[in-house]
Amino acid sequence: MDRRNFIKTSALASGMVFVPSFLKKLEFLPEDKLSGFKNVIIIQLSGGNDGLNTVIPYSNDIYHRLRPKIGKDASKVLKLNDSLGLNGSCTELMKLYENGELCIINNVGYPNPNRSHFRSTDIWQTASASNEYLGTGWLGRYQDANCQYPYEAIEYDNSLSLAMKGRIKNGIAVTDPNQLFQTTREKYFKSVVDHTDESMLNEDNQGYLYKTMLETYSSAEYIYERSKIYNSTSEYPNTKFAMNLKGIADMVVSGLKTRVYYTSLSGFDTHINQVNSQDRLLKTYSDGIGALVEDLKKNDRFKDTLIMTFSEFGRRASENSSAGTDHGSANNVFMIGGGLKNAGIYNNGPDLVNLDKNGDLKFQVDFRSIYATVLDNWLGVNDQRILNKSFSKLNFI
Amino acid sequence: MGLSKKQIQHLYWRAGFGVDPRKLKSMEGRNIEHLVDEIFKESASITPLKINLEAFKVDRKKLSREERKALQKLMNKSMLEMNALWMSKMATTKGVLREKMTLFFHDHFAVRLKSPLANIHLNSIMREHALGNFGDLLMEVSKSPAMISFLNNKQNKKDHPNENFAREVMELFTLGRDNGYTENDIQEAARAFTGWSFDKEGKFIERQKHHDTGEKTILGRTGNFTGDDVIKILLDEKQTARYLATKLIDFFIGRPISEDKIEEFTSVFYENKYDISSLVKALLLSDEFMDDRTIGCKIKSPTELLVGMTRLFDIDYKNPKALIQIQRKLNQVLFFPPNVAGWPGGKTWIDSSTLMIRLKLSSILLNYGVIEWDELGDMPEQTLIKLQKRREKIKAKTQKKVKASPDWENFEAKMKNISEPASFLIQPELSKGAKKTLNVSDSVKLKDKTIELLSLPEYQLF
Repeated sequence: MDRRNFIKTSALASGMVFVPSFLKKLEFLPEDKLSGFKNVIIIQLSGGNDGLNTVIPYSNDIYHRLRPKIGKDASKVLKLNDSLGLNGSCTELMKLYENGELCIINNVGYPNPNRSHFRSTDIWQTASASNEYLGTGWLGRYQDANCQYPYEAIEYDNSLSLAMKGRIKNGIAVTDPNQLFQTTREKYFKSVVDHTDESMLNEDNQGYLYKTMLETYSSAEYIYERSKIYNSTSEYPNTKFAMNLKGIADMVVSGLKTRVYYTSLSGFDTHINQVNSQDRLLKTYSDGIGALVEDLKKNDRFKDTLIMTFSEFGRRASENSSAGTDHGSANNVFMIGGGLKNAGIYNNGPDLVNLDKNGDLKFQVDFRSIYATVLDNWLGVNDQRILNKSFSKLNFI
Repeated sequence: MGLSKKQIQHLYWRAGFGVDPRKLKSMEGRNIEHLVDEIFKESASITPLKINLEAFKVDRKKLSREERKALQKLMNKSMLEMNALWMSKMATTKGVLREKMTLFFHDHFAVRLKSPLANIHLNSIMREHALGNFGDLLMEVSKSPAMISFLNNKQNKKDHPNENFAREVMELFTLGRDNGYTENDIQEAARAFTGWSFDKEGKFIERQKHHDTGEKTILGRTGNFTGDDVIKILLDEKQTARYLATKLIDFFIGRPISEDKIEEFTSVFYENKYDISSLVKALLLSDEFMDDRTIGCKIKSPTELLVGMTRLFDIDYKNPKALIQIQRKLNQVLFFPPNVAGWPGGKTWIDSSTLMIRLKLSSILLNYGVIEWDELGDMPEQTLIKLQKRREKIKAKTQKKVKASPDWENFEAKMKNISEPASFLIQPELSKGAKKTLNVSDSVKLKDKTIELLSLPEYQLF
């Protein structure tokens, strides 16, 4: 069955489903409008990825002096230029680099870095200053200001990250659209939803619960129905991370009206015997991304997709005594997409001479400048309203 | 004027984790002062959580790598044990108000550390002072190894002041964010706290050589202040009473009240020299508390939801790990607040996935994951058989995984004199929609009806 026919029949087959007026009719993006619908996929490498062994200053003596055990020499890296090389596991990323589809931004961080996983994660997710505690995420505030439906921001995970929580709007967390759909379709819940009417959806907490239930109910249906339209036949590696990316690709290609996708890959907290575990994780990451990009290209959606990868912090410049690294600060951020204005290595590599008093890299690019650029130049929305402050923009898109 | 059943339920939900249905009848018609007094009496005694901590009282530097690894494992295990122990204490104790206030301070003084020793010590301080004096509580918490480690006062030395604690004590523990202090006040206060630390036994010490004895100006006062002085200065500020009163108004009443009323509660707290009981009593006895708009207006925290259910059904968790798993999915694991600011609470408890889990929770804990709801009317036999089979399969699977066993027999005995289960189990007014769904239900058994009620969005409120 082709897309158009599928939409027609499923709309008919679904019959009388209660949809409150604020949710309007479930809207599908027709194929002709699909092109040009920009979206962003955000990937968090949880645990603090060691940026210095990801984008490696392989010809820098200081690097090798700081890392006698875990340092990678020229033979083990994929050379980007005379001074920097990608970790040998990142063969797929290398292809993107060669195609002008990868932009590496070095030394990204924020003033007064916090080296606690959860605190620094909060800082990245809420886009706060390091001495500021915000209860809403930057993508949640994006939804507050610019979105109508909860499915406009989808996290491929069991629960919703703070990044995706707004003051009044939340994204949807889902790993298995089918399961979420089935849970909401439990006979009893279906009856409750069917008996809900708009007068019950007032501003108090009870109204909020019913509203969330309805939104979940209809979004679950929307996501489930939509993601059935395209089921990728591309080959993905057999990892959970790659499966998440496949799930996202299915949604992107199916034409969900979703602007933001979010997922993560964890395990980067490499305090001991780092080399093998990090190389393995980076391979998982790079291979997954390779498959995703391939899939999106095949369906002509890569030019409208921007993939941003970050980690809550980088790691200490020098290795520790257990052939690992401890929590550090500034790190690299990857931007991948078919519509990059400025690909390659965006700025100078890490400065190993001027480390801070902890022996960590000093930041040069505020991560909120990257957010501002994504919001303004890519999603076309007012970044100041969302970030509560003006940040200078970069010019990678 | 005597209280109605609903009002008694309200009092016990907010001051505890729900009322025992057997006691409801004898309480009906009694006045609120009487019941509040009783609640305070029941919380008079103090028993801390007890786990074996001997293994952690070692000098870690003397351990081999293997020994350290084993210790780490034991620490993780003890953290889980503590969690389960506190859950069970909340679900069985008579002194519910003390536990509720301990839970409040667990959030107010949020600390996230992996050390069972530091955590249990901090938890005991909170329980001890939960209904006592806030000034004493603040002082002891600030000097606890947990707080000194968590907010880096240990690293706060004359030559390298660390502002972490100085900032949070103003922003989160006393005045509230942006309420009358400056960055300069923080820097000066940090100097006063220099030298604060604890010894091997966890006893508070002031390391004189690291203490900055110079003159400091904090909130307009100048002197050679110490950390103790800063805490006293903060308690002198009426804003501290106001900030705590505002948080407790939200905790017990949970909806906006007039500015005048806020000032009234603030004064009660301030003039009673931060006596927590005086403020809590004033709140529970206020018109605002018993107002119809207050009843059923709050969203239960995951802990309140879980403990409430566990208490009423005497649920036995044979797999404590499953209980932690549930807390994780609901976004509140005891002893693991998201950060120093605690759990944001309120509407933020609810997102698409947490709501679906909350709605499924009662059927998972009470009936192995199945809501046996069917619409009135005949169902073809074939369909019925198929449905039953599917439900049995879900039950078997959930039972193996969750291993929660409720005591239905006892529950039914408890409910013997409750004529309207809906009005007892659900605090807010049932919505029109919920009523319709319940009206078309073919359930006759109390068990099935109960699970239906507990699977409604309304059960999330109290």
